[in-house]
Amino acid sequence: MNSFSYARPSDISMAVGELATHEGAKFIAGGTNLLDLMKENVERPNRLVDINRLTLNTIDDTEDGGLRLGALVTNADTAYHPAVESRYPLLSRAILAGASAQLRNMATNGGNLFQRTRCYYFYDLATPCNKREPGSGCGAVHGYNRIHAILGTSDQQPETTCIATHPSDLCVALSALDAVVRVTGPNGDRTIPFADFHRLPGDEPWLDHTVQPGELVTAIDLPAKGFSDYNTYIKIRDRQSYAFALVSVAVGLEIENNRITDARIALGGVAHKPWRKPEIEAMLVGQNLSEADFQSVAEALLAGAKGYGHNTFKIELAKRAIVRALKQAANLEPAS
Amino acid sequence: MTKYIGKSINRVDGVAKVTGKAKYAAEYKAADLAHGWVISSSISKGKITRIDAEAALQLPGVIQVFSHENRPGLAWFDMSYKDQDAPPGSPFRPLRDATVKYSGQPVALVVAESLELARYAASLIRIEYEEEEHETALEHNLHRAREPKSGVASLLKPPPPKPRGDFEKAFQRAAVQVSGTYVHSAEHHNPMEMFATTVVYEKNDKLTIYDKTQGAPNSQLYVSQVFGIPFKDVRVISPFVGGGFGAGLRPQYQLFLAVLAARELKRSVRVSLTRQQMFTFGHRPATVQNVSLGASADGKLEAIRHDAVGETSQFEDYTEIVVNWAGMLYPAQNVTLTYNLVPLDVYTPIDMRAPGGVTGLSALECAIDELAHQVGLDPVEFRLKNYTERDMNEDLPYSSKELRECFRQGAERFGWANRTPEPRSMRNGHTLVGWGMATGIWESMHMPARAEAVLTVNGKLRVSSATADIGTGTYTIMTQIAADTLGMPIEDVIFRLGDTDMPLAPIQGGSWTAATVGSAVKVACEDLGKKLFKMAQKMPHSPFADVKLEEIVFENAHIRLKKDSSVAVSLLDIVGTNGGRAVSETSTSVPNMLEQRKYARAVHSAVFVEVEVDEDFGTVRVTRAVTAVAGGQILNPKTARSQIIGGMVWGISKGLEEESVMDHQFGRFMNHSLAEYHVPVNADIQGLDVIFVEETDTIVNPLGVKGLGEIGIVGMPAAIANAVFHATGKRIRSLPITLDKLL
Ligand SMILES: Cc1cc2nc3c(=O)[nH]c(=O)nc-3n(C[C@H](O)[C@H](O)[C@H](O)COP(=O)(O)OP(=O)(O)OC[C@H]3O[C@@H](n4cnc5c(N)ncnc54)[C@H](O)[C@@H]3O)c2cc1C
Ligand code: SF4
Repeated sequence: MNSFSYARPSDISMAVGELATHEGAKFIAGGTNLLDLMKENVERPNRLVDINRLTLNTIDDTEDGGLRLGALVTNADTAYHPAVESRYPLLSRAILAGASAQLRNMATNGGNLFQRTRCYYFYDLATPCNKREPGSGCGAVHGYNRIHAILGTSDQQPETTCIATHPSDLCVALSALDAVVRVTGPNGDRTIPFADFHRLPGDEPWLDHTVQPGELVTAIDLPAKGFSDYNTYIKIRDRQSYAFALVSVAVGLEIENNRITDARIALGGVAHKPWRKPEIEAMLVGQNLSEADFQSVAEALLAGAKGYGHNTFKIELAKRAIVRALKQAANLEPAS
Repeated sequence: MTKYIGKSINRVDGVAKVTGKAKYAAEYKAADLAHGWVISSSISKGKITRIDAEAALQLPGVIQVFSHENRPGLAWFDMSYKDQDAPPGSPFRPLRDATVKYSGQPVALVVAESLELARYAASLIRIEYEEEEHETALEHNLHRAREPKSGVASLLKPPPPKPRGDFEKAFQRAAVQVSGTYVHSAEHHNPMEMFATTVVYEKNDKLTIYDKTQGAPNSQLYVSQVFGIPFKDVRVISPFVGGGFGAGLRPQYQLFLAVLAARELKRSVRVSLTRQQMFTFGHRPATVQNVSLGASADGKLEAIRHDAVGETSQFEDYTEIVVNWAGMLYPAQNVTLTYNLVPLDVYTPIDMRAPGGVTGLSALECAIDELAHQVGLDPVEFRLKNYTERDMNEDLPYSSKELRECFRQGAERFGWANRTPEPRSMRNGHTLVGWGMATGIWESMHMPARAEAVLTVNGKLRVSSATADIGTGTYTIMTQIAADTLGMPIEDVIFRLGDTDMPLAPIQGGSWTAATVGSAVKVACEDLGKKLFKMAQKMPHSPFADVKLEEIVFENAHIRLKKDSSVAVSLLDIVGTNGGRAVSETSTSVPNMLEQRKYARAVHSAVFVEVEVDEDFGTVRVTRAVTAVAGGQILNPKTARSQIIGGMVWGISKGLEEESVMDHQFGRFMNHSLAEYHVPVNADIQGLDVIFVEETDTIVNPLGVKGLGEIGIVGMPAAIANAVFHATGKRIRSLPITLDKLL
């Protein structure tokens, strides 16, 4: 860990100003990810701007019937908030499937979006990693890649190869719910549709997301449609708690007269970002529940998936999880 | 007279532990303490060509950077580096020269005024290496397997017995045969407390060392020999150990580095390791095993072959007992057991809970299950049919063996009779249910040890021995033994350990501490009792003047006449005659080898496990488990149960979750954090049940105890694998059984 200075601004403009005037400064919220990375020398900010005094810690209704989650509300408070529990149970479920109670008490919604991959090589300075050190190579692609991506990977050029996943559970639900992220920065406020928030590794695997340096996430907006009647979150992992998803599936359905009228499917643990394919979700719309062909949907979602040895099992596992999740969300099967 | 032995006494050190009063090695303060930070090698084999510490040394507050380039001269010969648990070979010497022998090897120590500064300085140091080709993959190097070198360590870890009968012929002729290859990777102990040493630099160059160790005398020996310091000038103290599991059986490199720095700087130094560095020394070795079994059509086991190949380092031949168990557990006439090693570019493995035992039985007991299934016998019935009262390796009777009763009581508690034998025959929706079982065995060992018993002037009993309590409950059971032996109320008894100023005891491992130190405590208290009795006889108007030792008892802090308990003298009055001084006795307990050698001595268990497997996802949960143990006298059912439950949890870990994954591109363990190195969380553990079967043993040691540290884990992984087979019809021979293996 390097030495760093510390600031604790009390309003948003000061916080944004801190980053604008200090190159190498970073926001810190719950610290559950950033501190670990600093201890491993993966992140080396020279200044920490503690944003916990900013008043971004409320959950409020929005004008269009949705809900606004403050960036500093903890994951635990979000999951147990009555409005989230009743209107967005999918989000509650996803959050509670993540990390441990202690971590969820510290972790913030904003910080969760920015958490970095759990790739072993990313964390270990003795090994090459394009994400950590651009151009150094990818340790995982021919190494131990059990937790790595099977979709949307970059593996053509050694110096840009990256098969990392985004490890969040919360983000998988936000992706399914079509959330919108609100940011503010030196150039003013803007909103980012969730699908555009995280990115695929492409030619620049060191970039996880599309937020610009110095921008602060202030809130996450949930649209009115919460899929509260038909939803599920399945997380498959190596132990019952305190483990990241090998594969996770968030499903939200709208069903009228036994017919699917809207469908969302987001996958976690399989790509550099929560994985969605609206055109495939559309295959379900109009289908009758008793005849719905969930298997074809699963096959279509995994089309083009590629295994790297240790993680090849994820392809089949993801398909089975999708089918199970769709059945559970549609109440064709009890939740497991 | 046992008022306390056999009772569920609460841990006498419990309050200190939960209130934070118990201090661990990294928590001791010293004036002017400097802090060390270890730099670990990033390559697995080669040479250090350059160490650039310029930038680090320029930081105010950085005191020194030690490496092979500037370390002081040290002992020359390998002999000096051999600790009490050193296997044959040439022990690793930190900072010896530019050679890198394994990934994570300590290559430099930064010492600074604060821990944070030392850590930051370490990140500024640039080290260049010249890399060489490394070999770390056991399975690719099996052709290099060879016999282990023998040495002192072989005394406790005998090589496999000579073959008996003719395996080949018997196997070929057997009506039913099974063969399989079983593998598991390395595992690291990962006790909660990281390895740490605080060296307090005293006047006259004496050292007081607070070390995390399973044997303070072992650390003292090591420091004294390596640094050429007289024994009397090195005192090692280690009253509390936050888990060891075997990792503390040998001095770890932070001890060496802290002492080196303290001596060079002539000031107190602390070095503690990080969680990542907990993956840079001894571990349970990756092992490949082949088991072939042959039986008659009606299920008589006739032929056993068990071959194991374990990894070791390039510099020492670490061995464990992997294959001998087959010959101890089963009476087959044709048995071939072999054990070989492949040296790789890794650190020397070290004993980890039930070393070898859990490895070997995980394969053997799985193969036995397979054979029983082929023969068409219930696995318990198969084992009863192939039961032996003798250890066939040595051809000796067991000093006691209530394994039959373990099978009976365990099966009954579990409800085994309701099992339907066909795989996949018990299901509930997507959930496949499986019931499996296995046998466990571990040798009961007894070593010489010393203890001191002191009756203080205010009538308290203070007993001590330089053993350790790695969380097993040693403090508590020793207090119970002392209290009962001298008839004292337990509140008036204090047992202390973990200090080289105390009488010598062996390192704490192998499940021998209860027997070994317990016997020493008993003898010391008996000897103190005799002394007190003699003093009582000399008291004016003593009622015992003409009484013999056999005619009295020690009871409620008094010596009493057996036939008339109103005739009594209090221990306080006796010590009062000693001119204001305490009365003490130091005694040695030595095993009765002549008698013990006529018997095989072992603790046994029967393990029953229920698993639920998600048919689509392959996820496995152990939903309940019963372990029935025949462990001789149970000194304290509460601490004993904790030992067994801890072992069972670890068995679930080994069976389903735990694995240090090596990337052979880099020869490096990659999942070196507790987020990625999985051990069970609370949610993984359900209904664990322990039964202690009654067993009396007058041979194994004076207390009749067999040791419970390892027996809880040994049978568990096989029982889980067998339950998974019963649930799914799939025989998984590679541990841990992660979900991908069942898809
Ligand atoms: C052992 C372990 C297990 C875990 N398991 C899971 C799991 O199963 N599922 C899961 O989803 N998560 C899991 N997590 C991750 C956890 O959810 C994240 O660490 C947490 O959400 C991060 O939030 P934080 O507030 O602590 O972020 P911090 O660590 O404070 O910050 C993380 C990053 O976000 C930036 N940042 C924070 N807030 C803002 C903001 N408002 N605007 C701009 N940038 C910001 C910081 O600069 C930093 O770069 C686990 C973590 C650990 C340590
Ligand atoms: S997968 Fe990505 S994060 Fe992991 S080593 Fe390769 S480049 Fe680095």
